[in-house]
Amino acid sequence: MSNPVHGKGADVLDPPDQVRFEQLVLPHLDAAFNLARWLLRSRADAEDVAQDAMLRSYRFFLSFHGGDARAWLLQIVRNTCYSWLEKNRKVEQMTEFNEELHTTASVSPESLAIASSNRERLTRALESLPSRQREMLVLRELEGCSYKEIATITSTPIGTVMSALSRARRQLQLALTTPAREEAAHGM
Amino acid sequence: MACEQSRTVVHAYLDGELDAVRAAEFERHLENCSECVTALETQESLISAIQRAQLNEPAPATLRQKVLADVHSSGAPRASHPLVMPRRRLQFAWLAAAAALLLLTYAGWRTVPALRAENYQSVVAAEIVDAHLRSLQPGHLTDVLSTDQHTVKPWFNGKLDFSPPVQDLASDGFPLQGGRLDVVHGRTIAALVYGRRKHLISVFVQPAHEGEQALRSGSRQGYNWLAWRAAGMEFCAISDVSPADLQQLQHLVSR
Repeated sequence: MSNPVHGKGADVLDPPDQVRFEQLVLPHLDAAFNLARWLLRSRADAEDVAQDAMLRSYRFFLSFHGGDARAWLLQIVRNTCYSWLEKNRKVEQMTEFNEELHTTASVSPESLAIASSNRERLTRALESLPSRQREMLVLRELEGCSYKEIATITSTPIGTVMSALSRARRQLQLALTTPAREEAAHGM
Repeated sequence: MACEQSRTVVHAYLDGELDAVRAAEFERHLENCSECVTALETQESLISAIQRAQLNEPAPATLRQKVLADVHSSGAPRASHPLVMPRRRLQFAWLAAAAALLLLTYAGWRTVPALRAENYQSVVAAEIVDAHLRSLQPGHLTDVLSTDQHTVKPWFNGKLDFSPPVQDLASDGFPLQGGRLDVVHGRTIAALVYGRRKHLISVFVQPAHEGEQALRSGSRQGYNWLAWRAAGMEFCAISDVSPADLQQLQHLVSR
């Protein structure tokens, strides 16, 4: 992938800001990598895009005015991921919204319990969701973000986070208990 | 037929995002709505399955090195350092974390400055894990068994030379279970016990030294710990719940 940020003379932080950056932002590298990995569904691409996003956060660091550094960083990671997807995988982005299942069928607790105890199956089910739903689940269940943080990171009104998250959880249940669809989505 | 709340409010309740009044309202609703009870149980088991599966992974070492190289070569003061810098800085960060953990123990540690920083980390983490494990044995969990912060807090009076902040976080999904005294490195400190779903979290509290500390975290013997400082106190939470749950607790305690 081409990386427009690398190679240019990056802006330089003063030593105190450099230290603040290292204390506040760098510790969230794991979170940045994981969000990118789930959004891009590729470890190699995630490594590149997360690196790009970290460098962006470094260059924009003076615009960070305190508060939640993780949410601030993840917002940058998310934007970087979507720009990258827009550029590199446009077709996939346009088609994935058709995948959503519209059903009110209830899921049996037994089949859900069996399906969700399988790590591989959970991963595939999560990957099969549209990215907007996937990111809700990743931020909430894997990163433990509050609704307020999710609202900040995804630029979504906080009132919408709850309904978006509940939809995402329902879709995950369906994906987990509908293996055929899950495999079809995965094999694209 | 479908209860609207089973689709929406259940989630906010489960995520600890309802205020106390709305949470109590919903609990009353639960008594009469089997649909919401089922939804709650289903969601809860799904969420804990996701957390148990540990789907996240650490950033690859190659990425970490590239990022460190990026931000250090950008910074003029460090531009002249040799290429080995990223690795060395990682070690510094690690040592800093270990040294910070030392603060958690007590000033009494000043008597053993000869110990190396690496030892502090393992020694202190081990003691805290042990204290938590000890507490899980029957009858050892709490000296004062109460979910009422106004019972737990006064209980510490006269037993400690400081007053630990005690809050009930039940409406946020961390119900207070009680408190006890614990001894970590010869220093008597307060331990508060919170519930999280079916797990227990010990939060060790003692007065902090001056200065600011970033969050520190780690895991040992399958238990995750997270240490932070707020309002002049040093906190260390330990449990078998996910690091994300510990961070949520940290936000709640520090707010």
